[in-house]
Amino acid sequence: MSTMLELAVIFATLCFALALLFATVRLFRGPSAQDRVLALDVMYSNGMLLLLAFGIRFASSAYFDMALLIALFGFVGTVSLAKFLLRGEVIEP
Amino acid sequence: MNAIHAWAAAPAAILLILGGLLAATGALGLLRLPNFLMRMHPPAMGSTLGAGCVLLASMLVSSAAAGRPVVHALLITLFVVMTAPVTAMLLARAALYRKNRRTGEDQ
Repeated sequence: MSTMLELAVIFATLCFALALLFATVRLFRGPSAQDRVLALDVMYSNGMLLLLAFGIRFASSAYFDMALLIALFGFVGTVSLAKFLLRGEVIEP
Repeated sequence: MNAIHAWAAAPAAILLILGGLLAATGALGLLRLPNFLMRMHPPAMGSTLGAGCVLLASMLVSSAAAGRPVVHALLITLFVVMTAPVTAMLLARAALYRKNRRTGEDQ
């Protein structure tokens, strides 16, 4: 692991943490429900990027699987929440 | 594990810095813009182009460490690029529906 790459990974980690902080503020402040859903969407995508940066830093492939799982379940969660906001129920009979 | 050469570390570092800046800028736009439909735009930049940059850096580093092409990260790239428009469209439809219902116009 070269020093340059290590510094870049630390910088990227700080940027993703800052993005998570901004999304958390929007999650608590958001005036409407769709703002909160959008903030959750941003939070899961930034958490996925944070795990990928950790995977580069520690040279492990377990972080990759976690990032893939977060991408899958985050998509399902956002779609079901948006469907709930649109219809009032997730799975229609 | 082999040492990572500079020809792989330098582009990976540049891509990581670019991805981090894009993600932080997108979240700042989510925090600062005044309207929901405006607030939908900036995070898409971070979650498509930023994720693409970070995944490309991850592919470069793991390929250089393993000594052979490792393209696992293409799965996440493909999935993110496929699903980002779906969530954006559903959220925009939900926001428009709720706004119309609240003001009583109803379509």
